[in-house]
Amino acid sequence: MSSSANDTWTGSGQDIRLEAVSKIWGGHRAVDNLSIDIPAGTFTVLLGPSGCGKSTTLRMIAGLESVDQGRILIGGRDITHLPAAERGLSMVFQSYALFPHLSVAENIVFGLKVRRVGRTERDEKLARVAGLLGLSELLERKPGQLSGGQQQRVALGRAIIAERPVCLMDEPLSNLDAKLRHEMRVEIRALQKKLGFTMVYVTHDQVEAITMADQVVLLNAGHLEQAADPRELYRRPATPFAARFIGVPPMNVLPGAALADIDPGLSPHSVGLRPEALVPTDNGPLKARVTSLEYLGADMLIDCETAGAGFTMRLPGDREVAPGSEIRLGFAAQDLHVFDGQSGRRRDDLAEETGRRMAG
Amino acid sequence: MTATDTTARAPLSIRGREWIHAWLLLLPALVFLFAFTHIPAIATFWHSFFSTPRGRRPARFLGLDNYERMIADPVFWKVMGNNLWFALGTIPVSIALAIVMALWVNDRLAGRGFVRMAYFTPTVLPLIAVANIWLFFYTPGFGLIDQVTGSLFGWPHTNWLGDPATALNAVIVVTVWKEAGFFMIFYLAALQAIPPSLVEAAKIEGAGKWTIFRRITFPLMMPTTLFVSINAVINSFRLVDHIFILTDGGPDNASSLLLFYIYETAFEYWETGYGATLTVALLVILCALAIGQFFLFDRKVHYK
Repeated sequence: MSSSANDTWTGSGQDIRLEAVSKIWGGHRAVDNLSIDIPAGTFTVLLGPSGCGKSTTLRMIAGLESVDQGRILIGGRDITHLPAAERGLSMVFQSYALFPHLSVAENIVFGLKVRRVGRTERDEKLARVAGLLGLSELLERKPGQLSGGQQQRVALGRAIIAERPVCLMDEPLSNLDAKLRHEMRVEIRALQKKLGFTMVYVTHDQVEAITMADQVVLLNAGHLEQAADPRELYRRPATPFAARFIGVPPMNVLPGAALADIDPGLSPHSVGLRPEALVPTDNGPLKARVTSLEYLGADMLIDCETAGAGFTMRLPGDREVAPGSEIRLGFAAQDLHVFDGQSGRRRDDLAEETGRRMAG
Repeated sequence: MTATDTTARAPLSIRGREWIHAWLLLLPALVFLFAFTHIPAIATFWHSFFSTPRGRRPARFLGLDNYERMIADPVFWKVMGNNLWFALGTIPVSIALAIVMALWVNDRLAGRGFVRMAYFTPTVLPLIAVANIWLFFYTPGFGLIDQVTGSLFGWPHTNWLGDPATALNAVIVVTVWKEAGFFMIFYLAALQAIPPSLVEAAKIEGAGKWTIFRRITFPLMMPTTLFVSINAVINSFRLVDHIFILTDGGPDNASSLLLFYIYETAFEYWETGYGATLTVALLVILCALAIGQFFLFDRKVHYK
């Protein structure tokens, strides 16, 4: 990415509000009563496993899919029933959706041409965007003659040239290799900060979500699990689903009975402990048997079993642990997550209670 | 010398065997291609320089006499003019209709399977049956068209196929009706090969339906348009069956096309020499059109 000194971008973001939005396909609620607030100029990631409704949500914001219930506001304006073109947004598709018969330059200025922007203004904007994305040498090529990463940049160029207040991206990096994906992550994030638009970004990759987002909206089976910034999502997951979706390897969610020695009151609930939160301690409260271990170099993953439930912990690679041995494990009180046995929601009151018992 | 000789010769003999295999594999196709395409074409070209053999009079070399006769033949120019008008009347209309029908059928509409079938039916029906149905439509007095126009507007009877002013146009209507459905299938396939995300991207960029068609859909269907238009041109010079049933070339050659005239000359008047000359003219026209179209379109067509 390069930029000249007189580079000024006038675009600024607008906030997006989803109010109890639903999408129903033949009785199946693909998106169920979803309410999200996306502040202006932020980077929000819609995250979830495939089929959770994240792409459908994005397409409803874009106007490519109708909204069955609820409403969507952009910049305070109700756009629920407006056609896509009048919503003031741009979009990058998973397949890039570049027009194969048009050159890179024609692809990028397509929207400006459609909206009859004058030739001089068009050329100015094109030069600026091409410079920003490093496409200046490729403007005469056809998309078929470009690499995946270059095609991705053209798609980005087409999205940002009009300086729309909102940009939507649907898994834009899933067709790139790992190295390029990392580069583009950094680049897209920098671009969003520089240009100041509101970004809504769909992915199923939690690494992308955590590294890029100001706010992660975690969806599961059409409804909202949790909407929070990445740190909050990691530190205080609202549900066992959120707990297990963020972090590699996922958080261990065990029946409360596993910690009955500390606090019998936990029995009807579930407890969550991250693999990195567990440490071998001689008089630790959790008794477990090592079933297998996976050596990764810097650290290792150890599968253990306690009271019939399996879990994983992560230890530095230089520790000596033998499969089959009995160990005792401890953890800090603030690393314990408790989820209600009935509703599945986070119960900080119970976690604090257990913490007091551990201290006392 | 011996060492270099054998290494040089071994690949040659292998190559020789590959050649034999290649020709053997090509042989079955070549036999048919030569027997039914190349040899008749060359023979036709050869015969076009000779007179027609009759009884005890063998064919006599005439040089370019047959070609001079053709250029002076008013019927030849009449059927050429008819053919040009026929091509201009059928090709753009049937292609435009095919695109419109394909766009319509490609949309999500109720009963589109039925509509697709209805559009394609003319293509499936045998030519003779089609021509007979239309013969009934066009019949003066009690034909469908006359009955409708007569009862609705009180128009007098019209002999659509018997009037030199309308005969060719009546045949054009039948051909358009038959070809549009056939071409629609190709356009439908082309439309379904265009990723929906392209249209969605264009929509988000603010393009309306017409702009999407003009700037995205139509350019992406150009390979189909090339294919279909070459087929349409060839069909327009190949049409005889409708004319047999509907008008028999009449009245006064008003609806006669080049191929029909060739048939008449060669197999009704038995002037095979002159028939061969006319056929050469047809071949030259077809070759020129096909080559011209490929060169003209090639620059404008985007192949994936």
